[in-house]
Amino acid sequence: MATNYMYTLPSKLKLFSIILVVAGLIGIVYGFMTTPKTVEDVKHILSAQEDHHSANGASAEATNFVDTARGEIGYSEAALKQSKDLGEDSHGSSSHEEHVLHQMQTRPWSATFVSAFFFLMIGLGILVFYAIQVVSQAGWSPVLYRIMHGMTAFVLPGSIIVFLLVVFAGTHFFPWQNDELVAGDKILQIKSGFLNFPFFVIRAFIYILGWNLYRHFARKYSLEQETASDYTPFRKSFKISVYFLAFFFITEAFMAIDWFMTLTPHWYSTLFPWYVFSSMFVSAITALALITIYLRGKGLVSFISDKHLHDLAKYIFAFSIFWTYLWFSQFMLIWYANIPEEVAYFVIRIKEYNLLFFGMLILNFVFPFLMLMNSDYKKVPWFIVMTGIVVLVGHFIDIFLLVMPSTVGQYWHFGIPEIGALCFFLGLFILFVGNGLSKVSLRPKNDPFITESENYHF
Amino acid sequence: MAANTIHAIYTDDDVLMNAVKQTRAENYRISEIYTPFPVHGLDEAVGLAPTRLAITAFLYGLVGFTVAVAMMNYIMIQDWPQNIGGKPSFTFYQNMPAFIPIMFELTVFFAGHLMVITFYMRSRLWPFKKAENPDLRTTDDHFLMEVDAENHDVEKLTQFLYKTGASEINLIQIEQDH
Repeated sequence: MATNYMYTLPSKLKLFSIILVVAGLIGIVYGFMTTPKTVEDVKHILSAQEDHHSANGASAEATNFVDTARGEIGYSEAALKQSKDLGEDSHGSSSHEEHVLHQMQTRPWSATFVSAFFFLMIGLGILVFYAIQVVSQAGWSPVLYRIMHGMTAFVLPGSIIVFLLVVFAGTHFFPWQNDELVAGDKILQIKSGFLNFPFFVIRAFIYILGWNLYRHFARKYSLEQETASDYTPFRKSFKISVYFLAFFFITEAFMAIDWFMTLTPHWYSTLFPWYVFSSMFVSAITALALITIYLRGKGLVSFISDKHLHDLAKYIFAFSIFWTYLWFSQFMLIWYANIPEEVAYFVIRIKEYNLLFFGMLILNFVFPFLMLMNSDYKKVPWFIVMTGIVVLVGHFIDIFLLVMPSTVGQYWHFGIPEIGALCFFLGLFILFVGNGLSKVSLRPKNDPFITESENYHF
Repeated sequence: MAANTIHAIYTDDDVLMNAVKQTRAENYRISEIYTPFPVHGLDEAVGLAPTRLAITAFLYGLVGFTVAVAMMNYIMIQDWPQNIGGKPSFTFYQNMPAFIPIMFELTVFFAGHLMVITFYMRSRLWPFKKAENPDLRTTDDHFLMEVDAENHDVEKLTQFLYKTGASEINLIQIEQDH
């Protein structure tokens, strides 16, 4: 066979992704430029919206879903008003307009952060998936190792951008950074031992340092193994993967708390880090399946069989259910207990983001559950592609819903800043991953389990 | 009339797999195989039709789901609405989050139990049934392949089976009623 399993990013795809990056950057900059600057601007926008509403003749406050489902008119208004995180004075604003101003000013930050984190989490999820394969000494997956290494090429640029975003996002994004607000809030004062800016930056730095170091050494040892005469590099790889898994699950938990949960610093949920992880893991494996199918379509990875695809599809199926399990566990306990501090988190999501909130469940659970239930369908590439795209869209919405309701509240749109950020990071992801994939042959050699993996059948 | 079958005994599942493939390639009919544990891919090698158990499991799951929905709707909404923890109890969908664990459990319960019962019935297993096992060693560490010897030269077939790696071969004559 003449093929050497080398991938090169096609020039058309490269051009396309550069266009995406440029167009996306313009969208992001536009988002930052057009935010209202003063309270006067906000008043203007709000009155324009009001005119628009009355011109349409829409009844201003019809009963909303939350009130209907609770069987109590005014329930959602009261819940949000009482909330320390989502109420009018939650961000230390002196007036309604000022609060709205802060929400609108946070929108481009939130839009950029959502997309940046979404693509970072694909890289990160693959990194931890790889570590699990190495630690469990999996026999089926070594054929996928080079693709995984290629995908984790996005971890470095992605994590640096996310680091810069969370460090510079400011007090309207992370209310606990507002000293005036903390001064008047007993709970935030108690939390300030953990939630203070220097420690926050140090933690974020530790996370991204650890992740990137592991990425560097895991790839290095795996490539050394290709030419090694014994299994020393594999043993080293095994060892650092064990430590990385322990490190990752601790840092992932703190990362989820730091970057997502503290957007609403009074609200907490103990399974939240796992919930973020499940979203990360299923998105990453879905992206891995899609890229594998793409490379197979190019005829570059003939050593990857339907059986490997079948296993990836099983992971998509299983972790979609796992995500739903965590989503529901979090939702039902809060719904049932109905404690004012906790329930506002869901009230705003159901009231203002109704379609996305429940639509996400169909995209992330019902659709993959029904599509991938049959064992035969898990081996059909176009079935996996179709389901995979829906799952990725669903989990993008999931990240969107983790951030937006807490920062922008009801003043959200899916407009130029959001689409721009999505294009920018998609383009960046294609560039870096395409480059990462083209570095070395896609066929790993001399891995202790590679023969088993290439002959994998069940 | 006597029906002849040959019991070929193997001591390794990989050898058995190869023997099954060779035997089928020679157009001998394998009527049954007894193994101490499930051998992956053996059903495919023997040429058994794919199992339809998964389809029945899905249908049983749907039944369980429907039962749960109907049951909770009747008990908690229609017949005797109760105020539990201040949760609204006047329509099904208002109270649905509380019902989802029950829907899940009953779906799993119906799918699991009915699937096992279906499997027993399909395999003709029931309590106090006498085992059909021809050789006790197949419950320990031996594998037994039952080959139909009806229209074949027994001597030639025996030679062939030895070549496939059988450790022991028995010719069994079964008296059949007409």
